[in-house]
Amino acid sequence: MEAEFLSTMALTFKLAAVTTVILLIIGIPLAAFLVFSRMRFKSIIETIVSMPLVLPPSVLGFYLLLAFSPASAIGSFMSEHGIRLAFSFEGLVIGSVLFSLPFMVHPIQSALSGVPKTIFEASYTLGKSKLQTMMRVILPSIRHGVISGIVLAFAHTVGEFGVILMIGGNIPDETRVASIAIYDEVESLNYAMAHQYALTLFVVTFAILLLVYTLNKKSLGGIR
Amino acid sequence: MILIHLKKHLDTAEGALEAHYELSINDGEFLTLFGSSGAGKTTLLRLIAGLEQPNSGKIEVDGEVWFDSERRINLPPQKRSIGFVFQDYALFPTMSVRENLLFAAENAEQRKGVEELIELVELSQLAERRPDTLSGGQKQRVALARALVRHPKILLLDEPLSALDPAMRAKLQNELTRIHSRLGVTTLLVSHDIAETVKLSDRLASVVSGRIERVCPPMEFFSPQTLSGKLQLIGEVLKIEEDFPAVIVTLLVGSSIVRTVLSATEASELRMGEHAIISTKAFNPILIPLP
Repeated sequence: MEAEFLSTMALTFKLAAVTTVILLIIGIPLAAFLVFSRMRFKSIIETIVSMPLVLPPSVLGFYLLLAFSPASAIGSFMSEHGIRLAFSFEGLVIGSVLFSLPFMVHPIQSALSGVPKTIFEASYTLGKSKLQTMMRVILPSIRHGVISGIVLAFAHTVGEFGVILMIGGNIPDETRVASIAIYDEVESLNYAMAHQYALTLFVVTFAILLLVYTLNKKSLGGIR
Repeated sequence: MILIHLKKHLDTAEGALEAHYELSINDGEFLTLFGSSGAGKTTLLRLIAGLEQPNSGKIEVDGEVWFDSERRINLPPQKRSIGFVFQDYALFPTMSVRENLLFAAENAEQRKGVEELIELVELSQLAERRPDTLSGGQKQRVALARALVRHPKILLLDEPLSALDPAMRAKLQNELTRIHSRLGVTTLLVSHDIAETVKLSDRLASVVSGRIERVCPPMEFFSPQTLSGKLQLIGEVLKIEEDFPAVIVTLLVGSSIVRTVLSATEASELRMGEHAIISTKAFNPILIPLP
């Protein structure tokens, strides 16, 4: 029982960590695109990024399930390469990345749009490329937005339920994360176990958020 | 020698405007672009820096082509040897004063020059401070020093002193003069302040609706020789009051308020907010030193 609890918690945080790292890698360029691009179809992309905020998780989960099935183009392509997406950890990562996308992109986007245009221009007139400017000037000055994005995306993935239930099911060590386990234990009237999961999630997420906000405040205080 | 011949379509508050800039700047010269706001002064600065793209024309700096619409040459700002001081300073908030300057340095020699520049603008005491702990005048000095790190061929100053109080302005004007005579860097300043223009510049280029109307020494511009007088003052018209049959005009000269009586015909050419020369011929002004 105890081993199962630990492996479920480990899987939960592994999923959150992998999702957050992937989101960080795609979130920064995506936020930069949304802030700086003048393309006509930008608002369509902006809408797609924000959709998970309002869409029921079951809708996203349902369409992902269809896409992952070997009968679909994506599913058959992946299974030809030996990757099964439905009811697998890989599938969960894809679902979580899509579902938590706005939580990473929005804080970075709003921090980026608050940076004065002249800061970019000053760096260009000092001979620095766009990439150098981004890495050395812009990212350090929007780090609070980036940290907020990381924390929100991580916490949101830990708390995810609907999408995972639809595309992952409840396979131990593969797709059985804590939020699913709680539901499962309650269904089988095993309240003690459900409580163990619930309290752990509560305490761990509280501690993570508290730590990040405290650190954030300290580093802000250091500048002033 | 910097040769500028540019056309640019501008959308201003007063409607569309075809700006047409023709200007040559001598080596080591301090040239001020003078004109009212919306005339296209800052745009010219940004075109030279490569931050905006002209519709057609050519920019040539010491024989090197920075922009040529016919030959499809357009160097990005990174490739142009410029130092740009922005109106809002644009200091990098996460870097200290020294780091802001070091960021600009490209090689060991320029990194060594950073310390000299910090001393030149009298910021040695503040070198480890972050920009948000500095006053406006201090920030401006950091921005100026940072723009000089790469030994630019041309220093572009976009109304750098407009946000400062008069005392700090005067101090920084002196500093600009000192730095310019020490380093001899070709400088292009955007300003609409007469005192500043007269004090700092070798020549003035007056910009009106996207065109450079006249290039001449600043005193020649503000105080044409055709007007002979015993005393000449330049002031801003603050108020024109009709007091039949005369008109009372109030002017701001320096920081003093001057009032004078004119006939209605004389006053008809004056507009509030514009500058005017006060000249007196008939009497010798008497100057007595104050105790």
